Amino acid sequence: MKNDILRLDYRVIARIIPEGARVLDLGCGDGELMDLLQKEKKAKVQGVELNEQSIYKCVAKGLSVVHSNLDKGLTGFPDQAFDYVILNESLQEVRNVELLLRETFRVGRRAIVGFPNFGNWKARTMIFFRGQTPVTKSLPYHWYDTPNLRFLTIKDFEEYCAVESLKIIESHCLAAKSEVRLWPNLFASTAIFVVAPKGGNPT
Amino acid sequence: MDLGRVETSTFQFAEGSSALRLESGQTLGPVTLAYETYGTLNAKRSNAILVLHALSGDAHAAGVQPETGAVGWWDPMIGPGKAFDTDRYFVIASNVLGGCKGSTGPSSPNPATGKSYALEFPVITIADMIEAQRHLIDHLGIDKLLCVAGGSMGGMQALQWVASYPERVASAIPIATTLKHSPQQIAFDEVGRQAIMADPAWKNGDYYATGQPERGLAVARMVGHITYMSDQSMEEKFSRKLKNSDYTFSFTADFEVEGYLRYRGDNFVRRFDANSYLYITKAMDYFDLSGDKLIPPKGRIDARFLVLAFQSDWLYPAYQSEEIVRFLRSRHVDATYCEIASTYGHDAFLLEIDEQTHLIRHFLEKTYETLPKGAIG
Repeated sequence: MKNDILRLDYRVIARIIPEGARVLDLGCGDGELMDLLQKEKKAKVQGVELNEQSIYKCVAKGLSVVHSNLDKGLTGFPDQAFDYVILNESLQEVRNVELLLRETFRVGRRAIVGFPNFGNWKARTMIFFRGQTPVTKSLPYHWYDTPNLRFLTIKDFEEYCAVESLKIIESHCLAAKSEVRLWPNLFASTAIFVVAPKGGNPT
Repeated sequence: MDLGRVETSTFQFAEGSSALRLESGQTLGPVTLAYETYGTLNAKRSNAILVLHALSGDAHAAGVQPETGAVGWWDPMIGPGKAFDTDRYFVIASNVLGGCKGSTGPSSPNPATGKSYALEFPVITIADMIEAQRHLIDHLGIDKLLCVAGGSMGGMQALQWVASYPERVASAIPIATTLKHSPQQIAFDEVGRQAIMADPAWKNGDYYATGQPERGLAVARMVGHITYMSDQSMEEKFSRKLKNSDYTFSFTADFEVEGYLRYRGDNFVRRFDANSYLYITKAMDYFDLSGDKLIPPKGRIDARFLVLAFQSDWLYPAYQSEEIVRFLRSRHVDATYCEIASTYGHDAFLLEIDEQTHLIRHFLEKTYETLPKGAIG
């Protein structure tokens, strides 16, 4: 596998997923991550994706994918059918985050949530000094064409987990090429959290 | 590449005491099925695909019929290098039980009387169609089909194959179809049947000596065609265009859409039997694999699914395909689903070739590659 050219977040997620795990990728895009997990981890992967053209690309890779809007929920998936449910760069695009997370923990044991960090220093400086909505590498869109409905920081997500009794099992704060250890909410451009409900999964 | 000339064959079975037992409890025999095959069956007999036709289709799915020059109804999809690649797969298409294109149906001679069955023909179901096809598949020496695929009623048959013989299909591609006929779908079928039965020429089905109820059957087909298109595709195709330069202020066909429907209706009566229309639409209306009927509560199947729907199809709306997918995922069945953007309405499964080709070709490749070791031959 040409790991060097793969996106850092994919590599991080591939390290998290254990061999042979059952994985649901919500907002799986062209299926690159699923393809990686299937090949490197022998994971049993399934995807859900809204974009029709992405469905064609997934099918060309031999992946199983369902064309659906995440805002419709995950009806039909049996309780606890997956070891991991991946929400990489997709949670910030859905309307009903709380419903989706509830559904996520109904169908899966753990969630892997990846999102662009709005607290990154570049974003902060663009707002503070230029007075403009940030356009950065991890937030590449303008206010008028962004699919992101929500803008959150690493600190926001940690606080949300505390309020919602979600246990953070591990977290990875990433800059362009490596993980960030010092002041992640300031220096990381994206973050990946592995979370699970503290009191066990609802069924 | 196209298939070129193809021949239709027939297979007769269910003779004498081994008559076909139907879902209604009645029996039928002997039974003939008309069928065509394309490509070559491999040594392991593991590359056979059964392609299933819709309401008015037949065994001639691909290639050219030498006598008539007729091109198969899914020719752009079946052939060398096409979605159902006949260089790799052995493709079978058969006319359904109850049909009028070479398979036993109400227009066939009743061995008891020597005359056409007419309404003596037993009412059949989609499950009965599959039971008849199963005999054909046995006859061809195929234990397990690589895939069952079809649109509309062909999709119902694909689903029914999984319900009836889960161990004999490695994959299914139900297209623009449903787990059960909805009241709206039953209603349109009933309008068609009433049009036929209201035609005095129908004579309670006993018209084979006097000529079939052409007006009634044509009206049934006209209604059908409206439901196969979409508001947008009709606007693009006809708009309010006139056949002549001005209104005639009479009831002749002023509008192109009227002319088109009349042409389609008149054309249809030349190639389709009115009683077959009654029997086949009734079979569709009885179709219901909802609840746990597709896969029984404790049943497990290893068939893979590719479910396809079309955005503008209002006769078999995408939500019905989504119901199939939701059921499959609830039973841990490997399913891929795509709602293809199209303005063609229900007809899209015959017209949206590129998108279907891409999805079906890759899906079949994956299915074929992942067959148990030793099955690929």
